[in-house]
Amino acid sequence: MKIGAPRELHEGEARVAMTPESAAQLQKLGYECLVESGAGAAAGFSDAAYEAIGVKVYKTPAPLWKAADIVIKVRPPEGPELKRLTKDKLLISFFNPAESEEAMQQAAKQGGNVIAMEMVPRISRAQKMDALSSMANIAGYRAVIEAGNNFGRFFTGQVTAAGKVPPAKVLVVGAGVAGLAAIGTSTSLGAITYAFDVRPEVAEQIESMGAEFVFLDFEESQQDGAATGGYAAPSSPEFREKQLEKFRELAPEMDIVITTALIPGRPAPKLWLKDMVEAMKPGSVVVDLAAERGGNCDLTVADEKIVTDNDVTIIGYTDFPSRMAAQSSTLYANNVRHMMADLTPEKDGVVVQNMEDDVIRGATVVHDGEITYPPPPPKVQAIAAQKPKDKPKELTPEERKAQEAAAFREATRFQIQMLVGGGILMLILGAFAPASFMSHFIVFVLACFVGFQVIWNVSHALHTPLMAVTNAISGIIIIGALLQIGSGHWLVVVLAAISVLIASINIVGGFMVTRRMLAMFQKS
Amino acid sequence: MGIGIVSAAYIAATVLFILSLGGLSNQESAKRAVWYGIVGMAIAVFATIFGPDSGNYLVLIIMMVIAAVIGAYVAGRVQMTEMPQLVAALHSFVGLAAVFIGLNADFELHSVLAMDEATRETLTGFAKKLAQKDGAEIAILKVEVFLGIFIGAITFTGSVVAFGKLAGKIDGKPKKLPGGHMWNAVSAAACLILGIAYIAGAGVWTMVLVAIIAGFIGWHLIMGIGGADMPVVVSMLNSYSGWAAAAIGFTLGNDLLIVTGALVGSSGAILSYIMCRAMNRHFVSVILGGFGGDGGPAMEIDGEMVAIDADSVAAALEDADNVIIVPGYGMAVAQAQQSVSELTKRLRAKGKTVRFGIHPVAGRLPGHMNVLLAEAKVPYDIVLEMDEINDDFPETDVAIVIGSNDIVNPAAQEDPNSPIAGMPVLEVWKAKQVFVSKRGQGTGYSGIENPLFYKENTRMFYGDAKASLDQLLTIIS
Repeated sequence: MKIGAPRELHEGEARVAMTPESAAQLQKLGYECLVESGAGAAAGFSDAAYEAIGVKVYKTPAPLWKAADIVIKVRPPEGPELKRLTKDKLLISFFNPAESEEAMQQAAKQGGNVIAMEMVPRISRAQKMDALSSMANIAGYRAVIEAGNNFGRFFTGQVTAAGKVPPAKVLVVGAGVAGLAAIGTSTSLGAITYAFDVRPEVAEQIESMGAEFVFLDFEESQQDGAATGGYAAPSSPEFREKQLEKFRELAPEMDIVITTALIPGRPAPKLWLKDMVEAMKPGSVVVDLAAERGGNCDLTVADEKIVTDNDVTIIGYTDFPSRMAAQSSTLYANNVRHMMADLTPEKDGVVVQNMEDDVIRGATVVHDGEITYPPPPPKVQAIAAQKPKDKPKELTPEERKAQEAAAFREATRFQIQMLVGGGILMLILGAFAPASFMSHFIVFVLACFVGFQVIWNVSHALHTPLMAVTNAISGIIIIGALLQIGSGHWLVVVLAAISVLIASINIVGGFMVTRRMLAMFQKS
Repeated sequence: MGIGIVSAAYIAATVLFILSLGGLSNQESAKRAVWYGIVGMAIAVFATIFGPDSGNYLVLIIMMVIAAVIGAYVAGRVQMTEMPQLVAALHSFVGLAAVFIGLNADFELHSVLAMDEATRETLTGFAKKLAQKDGAEIAILKVEVFLGIFIGAITFTGSVVAFGKLAGKIDGKPKKLPGGHMWNAVSAAACLILGIAYIAGAGVWTMVLVAIIAGFIGWHLIMGIGGADMPVVVSMLNSYSGWAAAAIGFTLGNDLLIVTGALVGSSGAILSYIMCRAMNRHFVSVILGGFGGDGGPAMEIDGEMVAIDADSVAAALEDADNVIIVPGYGMAVAQAQQSVSELTKRLRAKGKTVRFGIHPVAGRLPGHMNVLLAEAKVPYDIVLEMDEINDDFPETDVAIVIGSNDIVNPAAQEDPNSPIAGMPVLEVWKAKQVFVSKRGQGTGYSGIENPLFYKENTRMFYGDAKASLDQLLTIIS
């Protein structure tokens, strides 16, 4: 089968879905690769580079679409592209299915198949094809670079001959993949980095990247990321209020704010309001990575950089990955290539779209003339850090007192039950057993009690010597044999003699080995 | 020596035995306490021999001399790694002695009952005591004989099997006859029926049969228990040997035997309890063998095992300030304790904090690891219990796991479906780096995958523990 990568039609889009490197890998899977002339030019891949490894270059898109069985793209289809997705052709690209009902219907009507790269479920097996993450990673990195480009100072604090330079303070809102990449970049440039996320379980990741987690004292903040596929979910109004209050407090201090908060299938939440921008120092920079979805900042204008009256720069570019086209094309092409590898189990250049497979099922939005979006929930749980264990709740003194009292009552009841039960047993025994037995029985019960009390105090480290010494003293059974050995009956004497022999071995061996062991225990 | 003096001697022996056990609360007082035990035993034995109820001194002395020589020889030669099998072997002796003494009591009883009034008057010792018993007392005596023989026989064969397994003479894997515990149940019922028949007046053959059948139970029961559950088994047999002695004490009407048996019995019972709690399992489930029902699929493990070589381990140790070593049965098998001790000494000489974390069920005997480390001259104050050291792992630079597996398995805490879910474990994975010295990639005795090996901060140091450590010692001076 043939895989074709047309040039992206979206204005300013510099990425390409197939690089010469990924084409070589696709060829190994048994596919023939096609590319439109100039598709990779903006990302630094010339037609010649494609041709060199045997990729056929088409001058115009129409014949490429016609020839290819599988079309791979970056951006969702635009203009005439969707029409070209005729029967049994497979399109692999970002598709934004949540907002492309019409496009899906059209594709279904034409009999084309669509795999949407953003629908790859977030399970560990699918990480290699998770294009959202690889793009977000680049966006996070680029956001810091863009911010630095528009920020008039150093990131890192320095003491120079000319005077002291304070370090920049960076706040990253939303610690998803992009947020974490931004944190990493920012801390490695030397800025003091703070980060916030509604999912408390990411605090550990934030701290491991060297940033400080902005802690919000709010009970409802216990969102379970794993339940929502590793993404954030909308928060309650009270929580949002608390959050904004915290941001308002931080705004005057921050030099750079990078917002990355997105909720799947919804417009971006407004988190950095106008008044916060106004509170910021002149020269500060806000980079809004959610600009495409309306932005986290009130003042964001998508695809533009604006400067407010108080000299705060707000960057609303939506094409951060495209601004690093060489890097992002390489990663995206690899994601697609991994997807193809999963779609080609036999490595024979034939696509097998196994709809039982969680990953393929999840990513497929149009299949065999039917819309298969949204997919059923994946069978494997999303990767998200484990929910932090519930910390034992701090008890008030009254509660603790009540609890202790209850435990005490419980223990008392248990003991009384045991005593009563034991007493009744004793009474029954006493009623039938002869007196001589009872006197021995008293001794036995008391000895058990003493034994329990004494043994509990034995140090764990000395359990082996304990076993050896109890072994030795259980050789006391020799006394039984000694009492019988004087008998007149020959069999009794023989058996008693053997008993004496083995019990004595026990006594001598047990004590000697205990002594040997105990002598070995040395203090440092 | 009159009966009064013998009684006084017994009281002294009892007190000394209690002191002897009580002294084991710490290492220093334990060294003195063992002498209390020895003196107590000497007093008890001498008082009995020279008391009114003994005889046949020639046989007696020959036997005791032979036994003393054997005992001293064994105790002097035994390797500390062989302690579990020695303890098991000694238990079997107590069990066997209990069976013999129980049978003897019955023989005596029969011969006494067969005598006429006049001859009875001339009796001495144990026989005299028997002659004075009335009907109800004889019935009770028979119950005691039955119990003594039953428990004794189980202890005997059980300990022999435990010895075989611990010494590697019998395959350590759990084995059962087809039908499993039905055999045990049927056998126990048979013993009970025979016991009732015996009390009702049947001959001594019933008791011989009971001894044989109970012996079968002991054999079958312990054969069905796997190697790593041996700490529980050995402490259980320890307990049984005590109860057997106590039952014989009742038979003979001897309080010293009763007290000592009860002390030993409760000691073993407590040890078994501690071991079971450390594995978060019920005593019954351990003894009946096998892990409980499977609670569902185990958690999927991501990642891979990453191997590491001695140079890198040495480099990491050079950089570390805080090291915790977690030894397990694998250390004993590889006889690596001397190398561990040497490594500890060298690291401590460089001013690093080195400590040991001991899980209660590490090894094949309660406290086994402590003894091995003590033998290798590791000071006991850096050898800590699980509860004492578990909170310190997050501040630890390097944790070294030597030959242990299940006791450091994070699945016990993270995976509710794991067969060992809820078992307290040493949280080594919280250390900054973990090195696992292990022979190969296989799972532990329980066959449970260990997610620890797949963690990002874990590196696998493959090879025989002793060889690996000796290699390390050539690099770390």
